[in-house]
Amino acid sequence: MKPSDTDGLTSRCPQCKDPIEQGVRECPHCGASTDAKPITVRRRSLKARVLDSLGGYLFLAPNAIGFVAFTLLPVLAAFLLSFTEWDAVRPVSSYDEISDIWVGTQHYSDILGFHRDDDGSLEANDERFWQYCYNTLFLMLGIPIGMVLSLLCAILMNQKLKGIIFFRTAYFIPSICSAVAVAMLWRWIYNPKFGLLNDLLRALHVVTPAGGGLLNMPLEALGLKDPGEPLKWLTDPTWAKPALILMGLWAAIGGQNCILYLAGLQGIPEQLYEAAEIDGAGWWHRLRHITWPMLAPTTFFILVMSVIHGFQSGFVGIHMLTRGGPAGATTNLLYYVYNHAFEWFKMGRASALAMILFAVVFLLTLVQWRHGRKGVDYL
Amino acid sequence: MKNERAHIDESVVAAATKARAKRNARIGKVVLFIVLSLGCISFMMPLVWMISTSLKAKGAIFAYPPQWIPQKQLTAWAPEVEEVDGEWVEQRQAGRLTHEGGDKKLFTATTEGVAELKVVECRNIEDAKVVMILEPASREGEIVALPLYRDTGKKVLQPTFEPIRELHVQWNNYPDAWNALTLRRPWLGFSIPYALRFDLFGKTFQIGPVSFEGFHIKSAFAVFYLNSVLVAICVTIGQVLTSSLAAYAFARLNFPGRDKLFLGYLGTLMVPYVVTMIPVFILLRMMHLIDTYAALILPAMFSAYGTFMLRQFFVTIPTELEDAARIDGCGKWRIYTNVILPLSKPALATLTTFVFLGNWNSFMWPLIVISSPEKKTLPIGLYAFMGQYNTEWTLLMAASMMVLLPVLIVFILGQRYFVKGIVLSGLKG
Repeated sequence: MKPSDTDGLTSRCPQCKDPIEQGVRECPHCGASTDAKPITVRRRSLKARVLDSLGGYLFLAPNAIGFVAFTLLPVLAAFLLSFTEWDAVRPVSSYDEISDIWVGTQHYSDILGFHRDDDGSLEANDERFWQYCYNTLFLMLGIPIGMVLSLLCAILMNQKLKGIIFFRTAYFIPSICSAVAVAMLWRWIYNPKFGLLNDLLRALHVVTPAGGGLLNMPLEALGLKDPGEPLKWLTDPTWAKPALILMGLWAAIGGQNCILYLAGLQGIPEQLYEAAEIDGAGWWHRLRHITWPMLAPTTFFILVMSVIHGFQSGFVGIHMLTRGGPAGATTNLLYYVYNHAFEWFKMGRASALAMILFAVVFLLTLVQWRHGRKGVDYL
Repeated sequence: MKNERAHIDESVVAAATKARAKRNARIGKVVLFIVLSLGCISFMMPLVWMISTSLKAKGAIFAYPPQWIPQKQLTAWAPEVEEVDGEWVEQRQAGRLTHEGGDKKLFTATTEGVAELKVVECRNIEDAKVVMILEPASREGEIVALPLYRDTGKKVLQPTFEPIRELHVQWNNYPDAWNALTLRRPWLGFSIPYALRFDLFGKTFQIGPVSFEGFHIKSAFAVFYLNSVLVAICVTIGQVLTSSLAAYAFARLNFPGRDKLFLGYLGTLMVPYVVTMIPVFILLRMMHLIDTYAALILPAMFSAYGTFMLRQFFVTIPTELEDAARIDGCGKWRIYTNVILPLSKPALATLTTFVFLGNWNSFMWPLIVISSPEKKTLPIGLYAFMGQYNTEWTLLMAASMMVLLPVLIVFILGQRYFVKGIVLSGLKG
């Protein structure tokens, strides 16, 4: 449909017949007055507008109520709780009762602070907290390894090959498996005497219980393995963390990150590769100078998200496989919070720990927002 | 003439290059296929191991080298069972024994981790095939021959004992695991019978113990399943419904403060789960909802994430469709139900698969709020099962498989949406 004079949006100047915008009082072409009336936007009545907004609020209400009750208020409550020493049982209805449990910032100084020992050396108030921080970071070593393997997986999956769908499904399956069942399976795999892992290592002559395996000598020399004993994956402080990492890797490599990489790979224009090929670039150069830089935003995104996730995950594996042991070797910060809150019922201390975790995650999210924006323009 | 030859040469060279490229491509495909297969094997190995273990006889899991196909050591039980010292029974263990000469009794047999066995008698029944009579007879564990030490402690010979095995698939592990935990308390007010019998089309159907080893309905696992399904369905419906309503409001409706509210929603996406967990627990306790289904369902029904994802999708729906509907006299509700929802089936399906699977697998929250066995969902039910049958690996693996199966089925049905959902949420989240 062609715009016409009756269109309403445009009208014509009475003198030069050029189309002009409606409501313009002076023709921009010939300067003649157009005797147009100024446009008046008819405001809808207040009642209509209120009703309209009300509709919006009504649509929002079911979610918003739940959101306020289970997200917004709890965040504030957690903040307040972190200044108290509450076991969630004592009544807190009166001012006196509240002031009884109010401890101010004591939890924070107990967790983060240091004090001078009798002999003058500086000691952490809560040494376990720092140990568990270290554990959390150690368990995150799986992130870079997993990312590299996920990228490799994605590159393989991106090839045109018959039956690639089958492989994609096969690689993806571990990541959707119920974490409890997976943890159960790995408990069995890590069984020192009859588990699959030690059997494999024995069959390949890598590590054997009795001796003679390839790595027996170095491991025994470093004190990482008792002579004559099989590797005790989950009860040995040295091996418990790697065991958890390995389980996590198995579940994660073909999962979310791989699919994100795959989406990233599919977004790289084919012409870049063609041009590089004409210039004689081999596969390594194409990977190094096209794929890797083009995927940099994806990599950055995955890295930050994984680190954020790393601070608040791993509960099932820890609870099922090691219960945080041996000697706290696999307790991460999340498990520490869980223990405080639901094993020892120290809600205040647990909340303070949770707030510290929150702060860390918040900072990481800020990093993600500030740097992620640069050159990262998805969709 | 000269030019022609040059032309021919060129085309020959081009053809050769093409052929080489083709061959290279083929080699590349073969290599790729091999690499993919190797990766696939290593990914599938633990799962295959799980299935294999879940189908093995109790003793067969202690075999070395480990067997991928469930087998059983061939054991011939003596036809006449002798009673020695009350309960010691005679067992005939068939196996092939080879050793470097010497007395046949120069070895001892053991079932790993169960008992030290004494060879009472060793009869040659065929060429190099020996039937040993062992004491005490043990039905548990695999029998392994160990070298016997003389008094000096010097190892005298290294016998190798090759047990004769046969394929043995212990399907019974599944009903055994299923029936292992029974609940005495009613579920949602129903007391569950051991079996259900009903007439339909003139035929009688029976659910429940088909035979002695059949699956009981009155099993804790049945209740865990029902609970998981119930909770997951409620949460999924609730979350998809509230999220889509809110998403529609954020994407299409005008009201004061809309964008600020949306920013607030976005902001809470980064709040770690642990922060809200404790106050929500306390809140539910104040409402006397701990150890109820409501504790599992209510907090999970509202999600900023689902709202965000759907809002991003709704924004992409052309407004013309809505305008057309409005001109036809549709109100907001009609537009939501008749225009927006039908147009966003892929996004809704994605969210549904996500929420369902996430809830089905959720472990920590049910562990915290549920303590009654009849209200447990599958993951914490499996955890409770582990507490009771800590070392019964065949049963544990069978139970784990039963937990995994529904997830695998849902995944295979909704695979497309699932992968799409990850891309959607990952790139925009």
